[in-house]
Amino acid sequence: MQDAEATTEPTIPTPGAVLWGKILRHKGILFGGGIVAVMVIVAVLAPLIAPYDPYAQSLISRLQPPVWLDGGSWQHPLGTDHLGRDYLSRLMHGARISLIIGACTAAISGVLGTTLGVVAGYFGGRVDTAITFLVTVKLSIPTILVALAVVQLVGGSLTVVVLVLGFLLWHQFAIVARAVTLQIRDMDYITAARMIGCSRARILLTEVMPNLMNQIIVVLTLTMASAIVIEAALSFLGVGVKPPLPSWGIMIAEGRTHIFFDPWLVMIPGAALFALVLSINLLGDGLRDVTAPQGRN
Amino acid sequence: MLRFLLRRAGLALLVALCVSMLTFALLNITIDPALAMAGEDATDQDIQALRVAMGFDRPAHVRYLDWLQSVLQGDFGVSPYFGLPVSDLIMDRMPVTVTLGALATAFAVIIGVPLGVVAAIYPNTLIDRVSLSVAVFGQAIPNFWFSLMLIILLAVQFPIFPVSGTEGFSSFILPTIVLGTNAIPPIMRLTRTGMLDVLSSDYIRTAWAKGLQPRQVFFKHALRNAIVPVVAVAAIQAANMFGGSIVVEAVFALHGIGMLAYESIQRSDIPTMQAVILIFSLFFIGFSALSDVINAYLDPRIRVS
Repeated sequence: MQDAEATTEPTIPTPGAVLWGKILRHKGILFGGGIVAVMVIVAVLAPLIAPYDPYAQSLISRLQPPVWLDGGSWQHPLGTDHLGRDYLSRLMHGARISLIIGACTAAISGVLGTTLGVVAGYFGGRVDTAITFLVTVKLSIPTILVALAVVQLVGGSLTVVVLVLGFLLWHQFAIVARAVTLQIRDMDYITAARMIGCSRARILLTEVMPNLMNQIIVVLTLTMASAIVIEAALSFLGVGVKPPLPSWGIMIAEGRTHIFFDPWLVMIPGAALFALVLSINLLGDGLRDVTAPQGRN
Repeated sequence: MLRFLLRRAGLALLVALCVSMLTFALLNITIDPALAMAGEDATDQDIQALRVAMGFDRPAHVRYLDWLQSVLQGDFGVSPYFGLPVSDLIMDRMPVTVTLGALATAFAVIIGVPLGVVAAIYPNTLIDRVSLSVAVFGQAIPNFWFSLMLIILLAVQFPIFPVSGTEGFSSFILPTIVLGTNAIPPIMRLTRTGMLDVLSSDYIRTAWAKGLQPRQVFFKHALRNAIVPVVAVAAIQAANMFGGSIVVEAVFALHGIGMLAYESIQRSDIPTMQAVILIFSLFFIGFSALSDVINAYLDPRIRVS
């Protein structure tokens, strides 16, 4: 559309088109976004494309090495674990768990933190003091320790992990949303909206929120990455989601007993986890680069 | 300055009080502590007996004030799993975690600051890109997996360091590397941006113009100013070390507070859990207050606002 118009008369590219141009030229976004996209596709299609049932045990074919090691075969490209379950299928299904937990946690903490931050920044005064204090208290609470304690006492399941992490990872949203709202609350278009009698809710939702979205998306990606790492750590320590779910953390924990002779059992799921977190971080950092005013870093 | 110190100390105390309330509420009100401690096979009678024995049958606010009063006197109760006073357990384990935290902070500073300085001196070169990759790597690598990778490489394939345990200095080296790596990215990035800002300032141009050696310009003039915010961030990172120590100590079987936390969580040992969460929070509150004070001392503009 843009190109077709440009041939007839010179047009100034819209801000959206400029942004897309920057995104398509940013190596970090392309690389990170590409890997994340592949992982998402694999996770969504896992039941269809995984070669085996991730729970199907086969004791006669246990601990088969992956294809690039001696004795490996294409029958199980990434080998099999100590119960003879196909490692590739478990890895693919594990991506679902990581991505679901990452996305749901980021959504919950995003709604919670952004609301608090916008309210603090917009209303200021005592409300701001109270919310800022709340953030200070939150920051003092050791995240992993409290997550471990609560999940252990309540009982580990996908829902519990998501809820606990959602309530533990909102502070970054609040800090960013507050800072941006403080910058824009006295802008002319906000004053104008107030003068024509818009309700507070309407100003917050239709005037303030759209201006926050860029920064919030960056925080969303980074929070998603930390949620994925923390879930894996919890599951690794035996406190997160429970076996036989193929969480990457559980796979690493189960592989740990074979660390002397079959270290690939630990390397493969860990490498997948590392790659996912790295690409989400690259994507987030890249989005921050392209949406930041004046391209500062 | 005195007014600033008093205000900051007051805030720290208030935060500590709120954290103590939250910690208590989390482990005593949101769940039934007697049920959690009794385990899955307990009968109703057992649970009721435990409830009375541990004093869980009293109202929550009474128990909180009671707990707070003893905590202020240094008494965290008795651990049902270890059968020892929690304060003894903590004093016993503290040196290991403090040593680990100090070593890891030192490691992060020793790697992060020079990387940041070099990256700022040669911006957009290969060196700059390598240090940025180190930062991206350190930020993304899950520390429990990094621990296992180091064990595979340096304790199993090339047996240089012990796989686990708390024997002598060598058992601290791998945990230090893992824990320190997490803290390198923020320290490195902040040093780099700080140096870049300072290097483009007028007084550095003056320093160049009067013909100083590059070494003097970079280290005597630029780094001194760029390092101010880094000191504060290093303090915050040191505080985060205690939170991170739980995973690292559990993997390397280092008998510090993190390990104690992990053991108490596995056994649903509520008095110990409560104490450890509170102590980790107090560490953070203390270090972040320290970080603010350092900042205010080094940069007088902060004291005023």
